[in-house]
Amino acid sequence: MPDGTVLDPRDRGGPLQPLLIARDLKKHFPVKGARGKAVQAVDGVSFTVRKGETLGIVGESGCGKSTLARLLLHLLVPDSGELVFDGDAVNAPDGIRVGALRRQVQMVFQDSYASLNPRMPIRDSVAFGPFVQGEQKPAAREIARDTLRKVGLDPELFGPRYPHELSGGQKQRVNIARALATDPRMVILDEPVSALDKSVEAQVLNLLRALKRQFNLTYVFISHDLSVVRYISDRVLVMYLGRVVELGPVEAIFDQPQHPYTRALLASRPSMDPARRIEEPPITGDPPNPIDPPSGCRFHTRCPFAEAVCRTAEPMLDNWRGTETHAAACHMLDPASGHSRAGHTDIGRA
Amino acid sequence: MTPSNGAPLAEIRDLSVRFVSREATVHAVNGVSFSVQPGEVLCILGESGSGKSVTLRALMRLLPPRRTRIEGSVRVGGEDVLAMSARALRDLRGGLVSMIFQEPMTALDPVYTVGQQIGEALRRHTGIRRSAARARALELLELVRIPSPERRLDAYPHELSGGLRQRAMIAMALSCNPWLLLADEPTTALDATVQVQVLILLRRLQRELGMGMIFVTHDLGVAAEIADTVAVMYAGRIVESGPVAQVLGAPAHPYTAGLLASTVHGQPRERDIDAIPGSPPDMRKLPPGCSFAPRCTRRMPACRQTVPEPRFPEPGHMAACLAVPMPATAE
Repeated sequence: MPDGTVLDPRDRGGPLQPLLIARDLKKHFPVKGARGKAVQAVDGVSFTVRKGETLGIVGESGCGKSTLARLLLHLLVPDSGELVFDGDAVNAPDGIRVGALRRQVQMVFQDSYASLNPRMPIRDSVAFGPFVQGEQKPAAREIARDTLRKVGLDPELFGPRYPHELSGGQKQRVNIARALATDPRMVILDEPVSALDKSVEAQVLNLLRALKRQFNLTYVFISHDLSVVRYISDRVLVMYLGRVVELGPVEAIFDQPQHPYTRALLASRPSMDPARRIEEPPITGDPPNPIDPPSGCRFHTRCPFAEAVCRTAEPMLDNWRGTETHAAACHMLDPASGHSRAGHTDIGRA
Repeated sequence: MTPSNGAPLAEIRDLSVRFVSREATVHAVNGVSFSVQPGEVLCILGESGSGKSVTLRALMRLLPPRRTRIEGSVRVGGEDVLAMSARALRDLRGGLVSMIFQEPMTALDPVYTVGQQIGEALRRHTGIRRSAARARALELLELVRIPSPERRLDAYPHELSGGLRQRAMIAMALSCNPWLLLADEPTTALDATVQVQVLILLRRLQRELGMGMIFVTHDLGVAAEIADTVAVMYAGRIVESGPVAQVLGAPAHPYTAGLLASTVHGQPRERDIDAIPGSPPDMRKLPPGCSFAPRCTRRMPACRQTVPEPRFPEPGHMAACLAVPMPATAE
């Protein structure tokens, strides 16, 4: 939640103004050699990120979560839709320019090696951001030393090293330092711990939480690992084939999931207890190809409760259950949808 | 060649594997011993660089011969794998023992159809004709529950989804009725909802066909889903082994306990995760004594001197750690 006691001169809208609003973002990638066909990577996604929170984004491969991350920073330009950063529309005539947005929003990628310049010692990689944004070289170097210390790397020992001389966990710390060197307000973390070993993953998660408290950051945390998302997020957004299927506070998503896909994802997690193994797969098949996504509700091809309405009509993402904060897009929640289970209180519990 | 009664399917004794190059010698595996009984599922659990995949590959001698120094003994179905001729090895691979890999896209040949690749293995090992091989390949695709198998027989790997590709690779591995299936992180690259389907499939096939299986993974949750016994590797050594319920339920080695505590699975959100400090050792210059000692919270001076001998907190449950008490009734 926003911490009202911290005053940031860059805070324009106050604690109640969401830091980021995404409205109906779309990004389709045309497929070469197949005219009219496109990968519908992100297809009408809307959400807000509140100041000081961690928004977790989960979904399987091809659901568009990484494309979405790049849209938020304008690393990819959306086909349509709108981004509003702290009250200012991004790239609008009277809004905030992309360059100014990137001063305040930074990103950490999954592949810690590929995102560092292999020919640059890491102190230069970390100093590069502040330098490009106008600091003098000595000042940028000082910032780099300071930031490396904050992520737990001794600048004297690690600063002169090259990326290939570091372990995976150390490289990811460098990437976090590089993101923080420009003093951002928001960090987008795209699978930041997925390539790390479990013992190192825990160290990096602890570090990310400590940095967030220390610098009053806002996180968008993208992951396919539900346990990690549950641990780190305040709110969770579940994506399936380019659409948002469910969005709500972390407790609500994990304790009272409303969408059958969210339930299936949760039920697919290994139990960690050999006495309670999963006997039947919660759902069958693979996620479909996002080039030709299914009609209507995109989950209908794998949903055990699919009916005619699911194949024809697109479900609306709404707060069906009367809670202001927990939304899902499923016909079974909409009393007027015509689905035979619509309006039942125990919908979808097989 | 079939395993004789009562004998283990695979038996590894004091296996050491070093990779030698001009710059350095990497001590990947440092004295590993275990055996697998027919019908048993052994999970080798470890992080990257722990030597788990190298151990698995040594069972089929799939390591580059020039740069690799292997010591110890590797017996599969009673035969000495390290002494086998190239011809005997070709009979072994895909026949008595077969293997599935993490990345089906790179393990399958992109220019042959699924049916051709399964048929090739069948014809090489059983000598059956092309048409019979195709019929058997179709049966195998049905066995691994690939929907519309006739159509998939003529599909190229890139035309299949990740889950179907992994099923096709499993079908190919099972084509010659292996006694032992080696699985190298076969579900790691898959999505969560697909991973659980493949795990359940492997468990069912293993039980129905009565195969032994050695399953390498870094994921404790996956091990809990599939293993009968678990061997935890760290820096090229097995530090703990035993029945899955004992190793994961009451870990005796500090590394196993640390791995469990640092794996995120429903810990309270207010607190930090109990991470293992530090990072795994450099396999080019391992510290003397217990390799985990530099990161261990229970270390004592003796840990730095000699590699700890196996201790048995319970029958069948081994931990190589000086902090593990010897049972009072030890002989």
